[in-house]
Amino acid sequence: MTASTHAAHLAELNVATLRHPLDDPRMTPFVEMLDPVNAAADEAPGFVWRLVEDGAADATGLRPAGQDVIVNLSVWETQEALWDYTYRSGHLEVMRRRREWFERHVESHLVLWWVPAGHLPTVGEALERLADLRAHGPSPRAFTFASSYTAAEAAEHLRADAAGAA
Amino acid sequence: MEDIDAIAALQDPVRRRLYEYVAAQGREVGRNEAAEAAGVTRTLAAHHLERLTEAGLLESGSRRLTGRSGPGAGRPAKVYTRARAERAVSLPARDYRTAAELLAEAAEQAGLDAGLCAAARRRGETLRDSAAPCGSLEQAMEMLAARGYEPHLEGAEGATGAAARVVRMRNCPFHAVAERFPPLVCGMNLALLEGLLGTDGPLRARMDARPGECCVVVDDSKNNID
Repeated sequence: MTASTHAAHLAELNVATLRHPLDDPRMTPFVEMLDPVNAAADEAPGFVWRLVEDGAADATGLRPAGQDVIVNLSVWETQEALWDYTYRSGHLEVMRRRREWFERHVESHLVLWWVPAGHLPTVGEALERLADLRAHGPSPRAFTFASSYTAAEAAEHLRADAAGAA
Repeated sequence: MEDIDAIAALQDPVRRRLYEYVAAQGREVGRNEAAEAAGVTRTLAAHHLERLTEAGLLESGSRRLTGRSGPGAGRPAKVYTRARAERAVSLPARDYRTAAELLAEAAEQAGLDAGLCAAARRRGETLRDSAAPCGSLEQAMEMLAARGYEPHLEGAEGATGAAARVVRMRNCPFHAVAERFPPLVCGMNLALLEGLLGTDGPLRARMDARPGECCVVVDDSKNNID
């Protein structure tokens, strides 16, 4: 499957509050996994794009959601592609050990939404989607793996919104 | 079809052999191959494979097994794989799945990963037959098969020799809850397997997730010294 066969791509943002600074020895196993896990994403079927800080290999240096909060922003061809990467690749090991490195979030820490193929979401846009999910719960505008919407449902929702506004 | 009817379809011994063979291959199986494995004629195998498909236990498709296409490639052959749907019957009725999902949801929300893994490791140690750690990949395969993991050996005939052998598992016994809470339940599964194998023996269980399989693999611990 190639990017051109999908009119919509799935954008994903997740935030994680660090228990210790990244240069703390307790974070070393996580930091060591960053490069291989990111490389696995870049090569994963259905991967489109991920946010990277200028001049860096990843986005861990960007702290748009707080000094101790790292963000992960990426775009995928399908929800299945993102799920397989998240939970059925070397990335699962990072998830398994999440409690060692990250604070437990009371609020949602992951949000999914559809974007037109070719559109690369900005951090601001992504944080708005997360705020939307936290404020209003899952909707076609902002949802989670467990409460997902198809691209068609999201498009229908947008049309209904536009018609309501007109 | 009701689960109990689907399961009852396996009462026929030939049908059961065919089902078990197809399920164990983890790939598409043709009628000839299934007939040979079950020791019956192709016609009889075809009949039972169709009954199993009707019962929803197998899924069928068609494929040119020769890999050729176009004129002269011949008629596509019917192939079978195990259906993904789960079948269960409990008499009297029990619903451990809802209980498992609710407990997992609560554990996820409360962040109880460490406590769950400790319990799983203890359970694994209790379930192990002997006090000694599991001694070989063959012994591990037997134990994993008995617990429903459907283990298979990879790299057995590789150029690198026996050292590169790794046991992978086709089936996740905790599939439904693992899909809903992957880090929590996959972590629990790893801890359970660590307990079952023993962490101070020659084998090591580790995460190596792939789509459609159990997230854990087992190999010689001496290959994995970091």
